[in-house]
Amino acid sequence: MKNLISRIGQSIKLPGLSFLMAFTITGIIIALSDEKVMNKIGSPIEFLKSAGASVGNAYLALFQGSIYDNRLAKSNFIEGFYPFFETIVTATPLILTGLSVALAFKSGLFNIGAQGQFIFGAIGASYVGFHFNLPIGIHIFAAAVAGMFLAAIWGGIVGFLKARTGAHEVILTIMLNYIAGYFILWLLKTKTFLRPGRIDPIAPEVAESARLPLLAGENFRIHAGIFIALAAALFVWWLLTKTTIGYKFRAVGANSQAARTAGISVPFVITATMMICGALAGLGGAVHVLGSEHALNADVAGSLGFDAITVALLGRAQPLGTVFAALLFGALHTGGRMMQSNTGVPLDIVVVTQGLIVLFIAAPVFVRYIFRLKKLNASAALTSKGWNG
Amino acid sequence: MSLELKAITKTFGSLTANDSINLKVETGQIHAILGENGAGKSTLMNIVYGLLRADSGEILIDGKKVEISEPSDALNVGIGMVHQHFMLIPVFTVAENIMLGHEKSSKFRVLDLDQARAAIRTISEDFGLQVDPDAVVETLPVGIQQKVEIIKALIYEAKVLILDEPTAVLTPQETDELLNTMRDLKSKGTSIIFITHKLREVRAVADQITIIRRGKVIGAVSPTTSEAELASMMVGRAVDLAPAKYQHETGGAILEVKNLTVRDALGTPIVKGVNFHVNSGEVLAVAGVQGNGQSELARALINLEEHIEGSILLDGKEIRGASIKDSLHAGIAFIPESRELDGVIGSFSIAENLILDLHGQAPYSKGINLSAKVVHSEAEKRVTEFDIRTQSIMDAVSTLSGGNKQKVVIARELSRPIKVLVASQPTRGLDVGSIEFVHERILAERDAGRGVILFSTELDEVMALADRIAVMYRGEILDIVHSNVTREELGLLMAGVTSAKAGA
Repeated sequence: MKNLISRIGQSIKLPGLSFLMAFTITGIIIALSDEKVMNKIGSPIEFLKSAGASVGNAYLALFQGSIYDNRLAKSNFIEGFYPFFETIVTATPLILTGLSVALAFKSGLFNIGAQGQFIFGAIGASYVGFHFNLPIGIHIFAAAVAGMFLAAIWGGIVGFLKARTGAHEVILTIMLNYIAGYFILWLLKTKTFLRPGRIDPIAPEVAESARLPLLAGENFRIHAGIFIALAAALFVWWLLTKTTIGYKFRAVGANSQAARTAGISVPFVITATMMICGALAGLGGAVHVLGSEHALNADVAGSLGFDAITVALLGRAQPLGTVFAALLFGALHTGGRMMQSNTGVPLDIVVVTQGLIVLFIAAPVFVRYIFRLKKLNASAALTSKGWNG
Repeated sequence: MSLELKAITKTFGSLTANDSINLKVETGQIHAILGENGAGKSTLMNIVYGLLRADSGEILIDGKKVEISEPSDALNVGIGMVHQHFMLIPVFTVAENIMLGHEKSSKFRVLDLDQARAAIRTISEDFGLQVDPDAVVETLPVGIQQKVEIIKALIYEAKVLILDEPTAVLTPQETDELLNTMRDLKSKGTSIIFITHKLREVRAVADQITIIRRGKVIGAVSPTTSEAELASMMVGRAVDLAPAKYQHETGGAILEVKNLTVRDALGTPIVKGVNFHVNSGEVLAVAGVQGNGQSELARALINLEEHIEGSILLDGKEIRGASIKDSLHAGIAFIPESRELDGVIGSFSIAENLILDLHGQAPYSKGINLSAKVVHSEAEKRVTEFDIRTQSIMDAVSTLSGGNKQKVVIARELSRPIKVLVASQPTRGLDVGSIEFVHERILAERDAGRGVILFSTELDEVMALADRIAVMYRGEILDIVHSNVTREELGLLMAGVTSAKAGA
């Protein structure tokens, strides 16, 4: 037990400290960019006071916008959790895309392509969702499977090309992201996908029977997708630790040469990994469409596929870590909006925080230096590994 | 010039690599430092050469204390070093390599190669090191490249020359030549620190021998000490230097290789149409200087190479072109040349490494479900059987010593039914104790009726274990000789000289 606690402590030390440093620096930026604070630069005490107030207000707003806001708890305290439910809604697709990137890391691959895979997942789910009439339950299942299937093919193309020709997955996935991004633009102009009566790129809404059930009633957006995401995290954990397939993935990821020498087929691992990664990101797209968006639009993926990389890194490519990292990012996004409207601190500052967190995680030596730590078993190897071809 | 080390101590974390080491190299003396891998020889020399800094202790030159904090300091006080892996740029000429870092230019910033050439000729004549200054380094044999390294050190007036495992890459003839060069240098007053674990060479050339074990000086002895005594000082217990090669039964051919050609990615043949066979209950050694196609041939036997032509018959069945997995499971155990790169997965536990080739079959897995229970219980058995020294089977393999890593590889490869064992440089970089263990296992496999193909560049190993010896030179098998061949004959074959006499 003690061992377990120290192991958990070890594994969250680096992300935790990076987190702390990122928030410290963000705080400094918030203070320095606040005119009211800078006007008091003449008197140090007033300056610090007002800086503290400015940063405190901003972070309070961030909290209220992402976790709990007592001002919203009018009839009962559950309503105060509205921001937290929003956080979960934002985090749900991010968990799935994050898992996609994390699983690829475990096989030694850098999946930049979650964005494109997400888009194909959304397309598949959307089409089945609005085009067919199926019984409730089956409809959701069929739509999700269609999305995963398309995305698995989209990811599988990368795996196949890399395994066959040695082309680098980073280049391939970036290029396929472009293609997916423009493909959806085109698709939304076709007769099949363009919503009747509209000229802007938006598809018909998915049928009621294809929508994920809401968890807390009509007033909240939180839907059953979070359970799908958590189940996916459990699946990835199971796959990696309990199955021969996951064992092969990890072996190739850790030392592909030794794996090959022992008879493990590296092309199989690369292709299978990319297909499963595609399916995970595609499920993210499906859940996003079936759970909260309900209609496919050109910007359906936002930056969910790219944030996934950050999330996977922050979660140290572990399924559970990825879940927490996605929740954190979800909180930053939803809370950032409140921060912007309440205190005037721009939403972009949240992106700065995200960037800083990842920067510190990728530079463990720096964090170690700042905190005078002896040793951190860092995820730096993780960051650099994806590039070794 | 004399070099004295006083109470040199260096620790890495909890490991004491050098524990208050005292050493004195007299002017014009060849001082051998003998020790197993990991004994602390390299650490000590890196301190002397300024690549590492000692925690405490002093370095004295001619009785005066000197500070050496980087290699240029070492060069300035007259210490030169020839590294085990040469620090030469292959596409540069000898002269260009030697002037590197000390370039002198004439008018218009044109490199003054003439000056470098002249300097090289002077050194060549003074020390009897014949080298063409205009030869491109990559076209030179390894022995000559080593001479270039030595010249490089001498040209900057090294009076103490450190040679780190200099014979590891040489043929027996080249080794003899190097030993002569060392004697020449000594007679001109150069002091030499000779680092090695090869007992024969030490006794042939050293004036004084210091033995290091686990970071401590165990003793300073004269070269008249017997090999057995030196070995036991190195290891700390009595060592069996020549494993028993008693009479044993040999069966029919179990693996036959016909007209096998291996090409690299560019289509250049690395192995050129070789033919040989190994019988069950027999050790066939493939000897040769490193880089003559042995590595590729070994890898080709389990289809690890991409471009293979010809035929590999295992027990009469063609396996060329099969997948690596199928080749292994047809009954070939494979000990790869590079443990770290090809043999084990460092970040995986011992238990996980032991199933690298077995995870897909019963009892380790059912369908896609891996049985942690069986994996662990089997790992416990292997750890006991193969004497893998570890605290737990869950420890990462990267925490093990080289010898124990190799035991993990061997345990894995020998724990499935096999007909042939292909071992590629199985004792490279291992300590004497582990070498003994590996040799025992190889002979045990032979006695159990497997065919063993041993790829080795160590002549002693080849002579001690083999029944027949195939010598590779530039991708071809020059000859297959009986193991009663002499070292000299074998050496000539390894250098590419065939004669009727060497045949058997």
